[in-house]
Amino acid sequence: MKERLIQLEVMRYNPDTDTAAHFQRYEVSCPEEGVVLDALNKIKETIDPTLNYRWSCHMAVCGSCGMMINGEPKLSCHAFLREYAGVIRVEPLAHFPIERDLVTAPDDFIEKLKRVKPYLIPKEPKPISAGEYLQTPAQLKRYHQYTLCINCMLCYAACPEYGLTPKFIGPAAIALAHRYNQDSRDGGRDERQEIIASAEGVWECTFVGACSEVCPAHVDPASALQQVKIASSIDWFKEHLLPGGGK
Amino acid sequence: MAKSNKPIIWFPFAAGGTVIAFFIPVIVLLTLLAALGHVPAGLDYASMHALADSGLGKLLIFGVIALSLWSSAHRLRCTCYDFGLRADKLVANVLYLAAAAGSIAAAVYLLRI
Ligand code: SF4
Ligand code: FES
Repeated sequence: MKERLIQLEVMRYNPDTDTAAHFQRYEVSCPEEGVVLDALNKIKETIDPTLNYRWSCHMAVCGSCGMMINGEPKLSCHAFLREYAGVIRVEPLAHFPIERDLVTAPDDFIEKLKRVKPYLIPKEPKPISAGEYLQTPAQLKRYHQYTLCINCMLCYAACPEYGLTPKFIGPAAIALAHRYNQDSRDGGRDERQEIIASAEGVWECTFVGACSEVCPAHVDPASALQQVKIASSIDWFKEHLLPGGGK
Repeated sequence: MAKSNKPIIWFPFAAGGTVIAFFIPVIVLLTLLAALGHVPAGLDYASMHALADSGLGKLLIFGVIALSLWSSAHRLRCTCYDFGLRADKLVANVLYLAAAAGSIAAAVYLLRI
């Protein structure tokens, strides 16, 4: 395996001793086909055990290793070293508070995720004896893409609207709400609309599209948000222009 | 949390965006051709005048102009906000009023044909 000398400039912050974050330069030799996470692991193992960052699966599944790599939100286990020349700058995910080094606090995202009720809310109670819910391939296709989210928060780091207006519920949470709204087994759309059709919901989105560009799971959250805007507009016209609120 | 009334603004914006995508490039091309003296058959002055003279034609032309103006005004408002111009109410009022003025002017001219 061919090795290459990699230079990384990593953002460091220790809340106990530092008043501000700063960059630290490291040099490690890594296999050409490695990823940025490999370089970080090698630094931690051989040079500086105090370096902090999150990761788990090393295969773009768990969603925990997101960071800014040369200014772009990326999964560090999916950022191939061969695609970077010169010094690679590694920073914690943008728009989230830094806890320590490359570790950010995801609390805001998790709280928003809970608010949109990302689980099936059955239309009516159905006893087990009544059998399973059946779904056609066409019904599955309506939401399947939006089930692929790995909650990596790269879309939040990429979204300038979330950066400007932190109360914006944001791409992944709205895309997940849409995933359940589109599910033929679900009856919870009205409850979710109360959240995602509010001013801090989908209407903060100006269709920049950066979320879909950075999404490693090809969820295309921007498409979900546009569909939510159309559906919410139709709701609005029904509620305000039809007698009886279109019910 | 209350549902937002944004659809009143957003729906014509989205409709206008679609209209712009489909009509404006064609209109620019046809206008350029006409300016260069190549008026495509069927689009000469007499037939265009006849279109603007009919009720349906007036409605169509008005729809294209008004929706495009509204859509551009809203897009510009969002762009201003994204670029850090935070006087959103003022920006919105100026831009929407400009779009409304343009639409009224279009209606007046169309009705005078
Ligand atoms: S939508 Fe994509 S970028 Fe956003 S959290 Fe889910 S997987 Fe990550
Ligand atoms: S380590 Fe799991 S997604 Fe990168």
